[in-house]
Amino acid sequence: MSEQSGPLLTIRGLRTRFHTYEGVVNAVDGLDIEVFRGETLGLVGESGCGKSVTALSILRLLPCPPAEIQGQILFDGTNLLDLDREGIRNIRGGDISMIFQEPMTSLNPVLTIGEQISETLRRHKDMTRREAWRRCVEMLQLVQIPGPKSRSREYPHKLSGGMRQRAMIAMALSCNPKLLLADEPTTALDVTIQAQIMTLMARLKEEFEASIVLITHDLGIIAEMASRVVVMYAGKMVEEAPVKELFKDPRHPYTQGLLGSIPVIGRKFDGGQRLQEIPGIVPNPLEMPLGCRFNPRCPRTMPICHQQEPPVVRLADHRRVSCWLEANKRDD
Amino acid sequence: MTDMALLEVRDLKKHFPVKKGILSRTVGHVRAVDGVSFSLRQGETFGLVGESGCGKTTVGRSILRLIEPTAGQVVFNGQDLLALDVEELRQVRGSLQIIFQDPFSSLNPRMNVGKIIAEPVRNHLKEAKGQIRDRVAHLMESVGLHPDQMSRYPHEFSGGQRQRIGIARALALNPMAIVCDEPVSALDVSIQAQVINLLVELQEKMNLSYIFIAHDLSVVEHISDRVAVMYLGRIVEMATDKELYQNPQHPYTQALLSAVPIPDPEVGRQRILLEGDVPGPLKWPSGCTFHTRCPKRVEECSQKEPIFRDGGNDHWIACHLI
Repeated sequence: MSEQSGPLLTIRGLRTRFHTYEGVVNAVDGLDIEVFRGETLGLVGESGCGKSVTALSILRLLPCPPAEIQGQILFDGTNLLDLDREGIRNIRGGDISMIFQEPMTSLNPVLTIGEQISETLRRHKDMTRREAWRRCVEMLQLVQIPGPKSRSREYPHKLSGGMRQRAMIAMALSCNPKLLLADEPTTALDVTIQAQIMTLMARLKEEFEASIVLITHDLGIIAEMASRVVVMYAGKMVEEAPVKELFKDPRHPYTQGLLGSIPVIGRKFDGGQRLQEIPGIVPNPLEMPLGCRFNPRCPRTMPICHQQEPPVVRLADHRRVSCWLEANKRDD
Repeated sequence: MTDMALLEVRDLKKHFPVKKGILSRTVGHVRAVDGVSFSLRQGETFGLVGESGCGKTTVGRSILRLIEPTAGQVVFNGQDLLALDVEELRQVRGSLQIIFQDPFSSLNPRMNVGKIIAEPVRNHLKEAKGQIRDRVAHLMESVGLHPDQMSRYPHEFSGGQRQRIGIARALALNPMAIVCDEPVSALDVSIQAQVINLLVELQEKMNLSYIFIAHDLSVVEHISDRVAVMYLGRIVEMATDKELYQNPQHPYTQALLSAVPIPDPEVGRQRILLEGDVPGPLKWPSGCTFHTRCPKRVEECSQKEPIFRDGGNDHWIACHLI
């Protein structure tokens, strides 16, 4: 983690809400995170915790209305939320690019792979058609697509899932982005293909010196790829920690529950066949519980958890927990 | 667990014809399942793992004849299911049930939960209305649902709860065996743990046998007593779970296991990366079907099919190298 001139991306008090007919859904509710140069920040949480909405808010890919984005997203000193349409378009696919979960629905089915990649290049790098095409073939080679010349003339449906995801990565990296937002990049893939893509991403990150925000629900992937982790629950950060500390010493009951509920190969022979489960379900976003949002499922609730939202307690650099248990420890 | 086989699958095959042109001529076959044999013992969980398209779901459905298999035998409790007529099969299905992957599309949205769970009871047993109601209430309780929710509809439940409804329906006729087809893969991890625990609990309580089909190797390891790994319609390796995960012999199993991300940042390890993708369904490789991606292939592999045999210690494997 090199911190030459502060963080590359600073998110302060991000609030993304959706106005629906049933009411207002606070998908992200007061998020503060920083992403440094050259690091991989893992963003973990279960469905509906707001991790994808965070990424979409950074690039302002949410239609407003119904969405409403508030707060500050500082990228290299500029607040992305203040930019006009043209300004944000210069950032998208240029300095910040995104890899989506489902490579089939996020590639345009009526354009060839080559056309889609060179479109980005011509928009941002002022290249001629020919230059862009040459660069595109280079990129496809870099992501190890066999026969890149002929593949660039093919349509997405002719590629397998793994190949499509490689093409997505080629497209995302084509303009040398400083920040890559990867939203569940391997969730739709089989394990052996997932291993290929993860190895590829780790290699390319070094080559391109980019920072990655890796969004996933898979703690295995976080353990292997991320250097720092932010755990989210119901639109809020519950815990932030360097990856090793998070797995060794999780402080928030939700993180503890999450780590206990995943089956790990070999563990049942010393731990028994019962997994630690988190009882109950994620709260309805229209009826968030009072106080701490995790309180209906938390095994260690206290009266205050039902009344007041827990403060964010800073334990060390990049080590924050939002829980009354830690807050009370502090006071003692 | 006894040694007696409750269910025995012998050389099961399912070939789907591929039709083309205006006359829909058959131009080839997709060998979804191509000679699968295994047995399920009473009270045990048999795991079936593999990547998408390996045929694991087709095996599960062929066992219940939800898909008619092309060839083979499925002997359940002494009867060959493939030889039964419709009525006999219907009788058997009471003791052989299935839980599906997607709890959203496998429940009828127009039926309330009470009706969904009662349907198998009404179809199979002649019971009075009140009795059925009690039974449904009891079933709901046993899977952790509140009987008050009987008159609600599936869309009012979360994914995990819907999966519980599916489980209650499968349990309605006191089955001996249940085919679980990716029962937790659509669920979040915390909910996944709840459902896995429920399945384990029910197994202990009712002495159930499971065929557990999934792509997640850690989940399969956690729940199974014996595991088979499938690749392109065939079982390539089969052993007790401890043996298979600690001493994998087939190059595919080795690669598959090394690809699973371990949720522990302190563990560093060597990963075996496989080249390329699973071959397309119409491009059936000659010899060993895995030879196109195998890091250890020798000449023999592309020419001769390996035989699936017991390498000792009930560890079955299909590979020329062993």
